[in-house]
Amino acid sequence: MDKTVTLAQGNGGEENRTLVSELFFRHLKNDTLQKAEDAAIIDDGRLAFTTDSFTVSPIFFAGGDIGKLAVCGTCNDLAMMGTQPKYLTLSVILEEGFETRSLERIVRSIKKELAQNGAQVVAGDTKVVPKGSVDRIFINTSGIGEVRVPGISASGIEEGDAIIVSRDIGRHGAAIFAGREGIELESEITSDCASLWPMVEALLEAGIVPHAMRDATRGGVAAVLNEWAEASGICIEVDEGAIPVSETVNGICEMLGFEATMLANEGTFLLAVHPDDAQRVQRILRDFPGNEAAAIVGEATMSYPKKVVLRSEWGTKRFMDLPTGELLPRIC
Amino acid sequence: MTALALNDLYDRFRDPATIRAFAGLIEKESKRLPAPLNIMEVCGGHTHTIMKYGLRQLLPESIHFIHGPGCPVCIMPKERIDHAYILSQQEDLILVTLGDMIKVPGSRGSLQKARSEGADVRFVYSPMDALKIAMENPDKKVVFFAIGFETTTPMTAALVEQALKRGLENLLFHINHVTVPEVMKELIDSRDEHIDSYNNRIDAFIGPSHVSVIAGAKIYEPFPRDYGRPVVVSGFEPVDVMEGVLMLVRQFVENRCELQIQYRRSVTYEGNLKAQAMIDRYFERRELFKWRGLGNIPHSALRLKEEYAALDAERVYSEILPIEEIEDHKLCICGDILRGMAEPTECRVFGTACKPSSPLGSCMVSSEGACAAYYKYGGVM
Repeated sequence: MDKTVTLAQGNGGEENRTLVSELFFRHLKNDTLQKAEDAAIIDDGRLAFTTDSFTVSPIFFAGGDIGKLAVCGTCNDLAMMGTQPKYLTLSVILEEGFETRSLERIVRSIKKELAQNGAQVVAGDTKVVPKGSVDRIFINTSGIGEVRVPGISASGIEEGDAIIVSRDIGRHGAAIFAGREGIELESEITSDCASLWPMVEALLEAGIVPHAMRDATRGGVAAVLNEWAEASGICIEVDEGAIPVSETVNGICEMLGFEATMLANEGTFLLAVHPDDAQRVQRILRDFPGNEAAAIVGEATMSYPKKVVLRSEWGTKRFMDLPTGELLPRIC
Repeated sequence: MTALALNDLYDRFRDPATIRAFAGLIEKESKRLPAPLNIMEVCGGHTHTIMKYGLRQLLPESIHFIHGPGCPVCIMPKERIDHAYILSQQEDLILVTLGDMIKVPGSRGSLQKARSEGADVRFVYSPMDALKIAMENPDKKVVFFAIGFETTTPMTAALVEQALKRGLENLLFHINHVTVPEVMKELIDSRDEHIDSYNNRIDAFIGPSHVSVIAGAKIYEPFPRDYGRPVVVSGFEPVDVMEGVLMLVRQFVENRCELQIQYRRSVTYEGNLKAQAMIDRYFERRELFKWRGLGNIPHSALRLKEEYAALDAERVYSEILPIEEIEDHKLCICGDILRGMAEPTECRVFGTACKPSSPLGSCMVSSEGACAAYYKYGGVM
């Protein structure tokens, strides 16, 4: 490892994983931590517990703000473990001089998003630091909830499972990027930032038992699929043409040389389900506004274990790798 | 008339039926090839397309791609990156460059490392952003570390022009612009003592096309004429590359050796004369320029003309910028890969000591390098 931390080590991809495993896991490892799921399952499987910090810039962006993101991020990590978010802590680090009005706007946004999850903030902390010590506002939330359906895990994917993506991908990364770089677009691009629990609840109530679920945040769809292939020891084969990408996101990728599969999302998740459930899952997801593009994009096979294979529409194949390098810092 | 949308620029050039149709034609016509055909796609953009769209899998065994040196970041030698690194360490100096340069390691480390240690290094999408940075920081020196082939040189020239026009005295330039025809000649006609092998297996070239949008297709005239290597200037979409390959196959089947343009929607024989004039106004050829993995190549790069010496960071900071040569990593076989004598997978450090996150040689540096493309998209499939 380098002597100093680089931005690439926060990318949700390869460098990020190296930092976490060589430093944090090495010193702090225990059975629960090493599972490296979205949320830790504790108390004999009854509770799920997670934490996340938010440093997004700009703090107000098309489709959300740092407050909404702080609730969605933590609640979604719980939801992805089949858990209803119940109790959150909220820690806010403020830069001296931050406008009270903006802060109130953020707190209102937190309140609104908590309602989506049926969760509440039960403890909190506020720190103010001198100008220049943080950039305006950083937020940390931790969350805990009751596990509704046990056994959902990145290592639970079986051969034959269908891989489903809940909506068109890459919107959050693209929206933050366009906002920050001042790229003017013909059509507005908004972040997908949203709470996923309502969708997960609908799936669970319909009797669906997902083998794996994960929201495709930093590192995007590519990072999730690679982690799944690795953890479950299977190959995930994906039809490139089936992955839903909006025209605007595609356009931004074309201009700047990004892959939509590597862009961050904040309200988009992937599921691995029994193939018999696939159509039903797709239908249920499509009923939620914004998720009309939910699609079955591939399946788990044994052809190249621990690899993700992209199939083109003209019959060629290639591996989909983990994102590397400095993608775009401070997206969340 | 409806307005042209962004996807009009690529949708039809990625059409599965068209790609398959070209694959069928190439398969059929290549049966009449007198010998296997080794095509060098010079430009990293073409390598990227070939890998990303899996085009190799659509071609018969008699057609082989050799991935060329056309990635301006990959070929940047450690000496030049060290210059950038050293400049970034100067007090009250902002180093500005394009994002691709971020992780390329010199002998002292990458610019990413310099920045994490406190240097003011800024990565921009457009060279014009350097102008803004210079105007916003009148108390600091701003050095634009310019990279790229003929495609990006006019943008740097335009930036020089703007700096002069506005009388900006704090914006300096470190010029690393390189040119395509000289390295193509070098690959065929090697004379450098640093290179292990003097052979090459290049039968034909797919010519870099965005380079030709600026410089014209004319720059490739010598290759069919003097070297017996046909050139097809192709676009970057999968349909373009497949058509380019077919055009080359037909030349060999019909025993022709010509310069052809496939990318007619953007490339002309003469190119952009205005841009060429602008480049000539501010830049002149260097005697020699070192390429990572290939050694010194005569006349293969540009520098600011003498009369603009006051803007030239290399001259202004000549006392702190070393001129000693640094040897390439001894296990790295980039030179052989670039002249078609070896495959990335034949390298002893490929995928082990040399990976995209810790590249040793030029070909692993950017996603458009041959080794990085193999690593990422799986040359084994």
